[in-house]
Amino acid sequence: MLLDVDRVRADFPILQTKTGSGKPLVYLDSAASSQKPTAVIEAMNYYYRAQNANVHRGIHYLSETATNVYEEARQKIATFINAPSSAETIFVRNATEAFNLVAMSWGRVNLQPGDEVLITAMEHHANIVPWQLITEMTGATLRHVPFTAVGELDYDALDQLLTEKTKLFAFTASSNVFGTHNPVAKLVQKAHAVGAITMIDAAQAVPHTAVDVQAWNCDFMAFSGHKMCGPTGVGILYGKRHLLEAMPPYMGGGDMIRRVTLEKSTWNELPYKFEAGTPAIAEGIGLGTAVDYLTELGMENIHAHEQTITAYALEALRDIPGLTILGPPNAAQRGGLAAFTLEGTHPHDIAQLLDEDGIAVRAGHHCAMPLHKIMGINATARASFYVHTTTAEIDKLVESLHRVRRLFRLG
Amino acid sequence: MSSDMYREQILDLYQNPLNHGELDPHDFSYEEDNPLCGDVIRIDVRLDDHGRVSDVGWSGDGCAISQAAASLLTEEIKGMTVEELKAFDKETLLELLGVPLSMARVKCALLSLKVLKAGAYGIPDPAEMRRVHNEQ
Repeated sequence: MLLDVDRVRADFPILQTKTGSGKPLVYLDSAASSQKPTAVIEAMNYYYRAQNANVHRGIHYLSETATNVYEEARQKIATFINAPSSAETIFVRNATEAFNLVAMSWGRVNLQPGDEVLITAMEHHANIVPWQLITEMTGATLRHVPFTAVGELDYDALDQLLTEKTKLFAFTASSNVFGTHNPVAKLVQKAHAVGAITMIDAAQAVPHTAVDVQAWNCDFMAFSGHKMCGPTGVGILYGKRHLLEAMPPYMGGGDMIRRVTLEKSTWNELPYKFEAGTPAIAEGIGLGTAVDYLTELGMENIHAHEQTITAYALEALRDIPGLTILGPPNAAQRGGLAAFTLEGTHPHDIAQLLDEDGIAVRAGHHCAMPLHKIMGINATARASFYVHTTTAEIDKLVESLHRVRRLFRLG
Repeated sequence: MSSDMYREQILDLYQNPLNHGELDPHDFSYEEDNPLCGDVIRIDVRLDDHGRVSDVGWSGDGCAISQAAASLLTEEIKGMTVEELKAFDKETLLELLGVPLSMARVKCALLSLKVLKAGAYGIPDPAEMRRVHNEQ
């Protein structure tokens, strides 16, 4: 079953926006940050109007209410990714913080000279830089798996690089530039076979397809709320209980302790051990509501809709002379985005001119500078799709790209 | 079809740049990128016996705005002293471009001026250059 896109679009008030040029908004930048349905906006408003107090602290009515709705949200998110328990579902600020948390907490006590951390060359900076920092600090070595010309991992190289020295293999489930879907369960199995643990960047996966951490058998997984109809400022670190329990805290402060003396402290139980200080309560609740919203639409339906849109977009974009799309050629092998170059134009100019037609795309390196450097380009333009994207919007994108070509006297 | 920002002059300069290329030897040279977009510009300057710009070349990769600005700037500074380069006002360059720019694109437009000033000041590292640029 496909989504009833007209009905879905009515759920997103921002889609009624008239842009600066007076043109209706065509939002093709969901991979950077998704728009929010009314249900999410209202849940956060309602929290501040009727439920606001600090969580896990008070014994008064509002504090209990806030704690309950916040913890209900955590449980919904845990269920959504099929985590065995909500204790393994840690609220963080975003996927970036989840990577930093694992690098600094797990890495600090588990990495030493001679050990290796393996990443891939198609990672977002969030899954590169924390590993650079911790391998530098511990004397461990950081290695990366190269990719092929169509943006798939080089599996022969992977088999060479994954050895008993590898302590952790961190990779993306779905590339934010190529769109490539990596075979997560298979890669996790390969890592486990050499005794390495895994951390999955699911920031471009959880919003778009049903993710099951137990089926993947991954050890850690990170994703952000704001790319999945939720608010900014909240994300999730999933981790296997035995790993999280053995790890030292990442940040110290309130809520993460059991007992504090002026000399020494003991830690709270999971997940609170990793949640120092007052959390983003409204945002956590908003993310829980976003999960309700996506579940109601049905992750299978969302995935099917995006596959249809992506296939349509890939075909339409390929007809534009001089346009090159990065990543795997078939929609079935990729997520709902297309990063591209247009010969004779710079991505910034493309994005600027599309904006004059009300079309929002991203231009730049999309926080994946190594990927672009290897591809021999400084930047790409990227159109990304979500539950509310229509084929009519893709037609507008294509028409506007023809206008770019005409303005640049390319045809 | 027409665009306020992408006027004929901008596109002409993008496709047929002025003073494009590297100059060797030169009296000073500087290269810097805009880390947000990956655009990079290098400017090489030659001075005559009176210390005035006799020849200038720019090279690099970037959007139409940054490339057109580099052409206009390098054309404008011929005959200037190093002190005049240091005092070159960013508004002057924006006026030369003469198109409305959003906040994000002003950075593109001013990249070449940033590079030129760093070269003129003989500034060794980009962090120091950013400080000087911000104080201007």
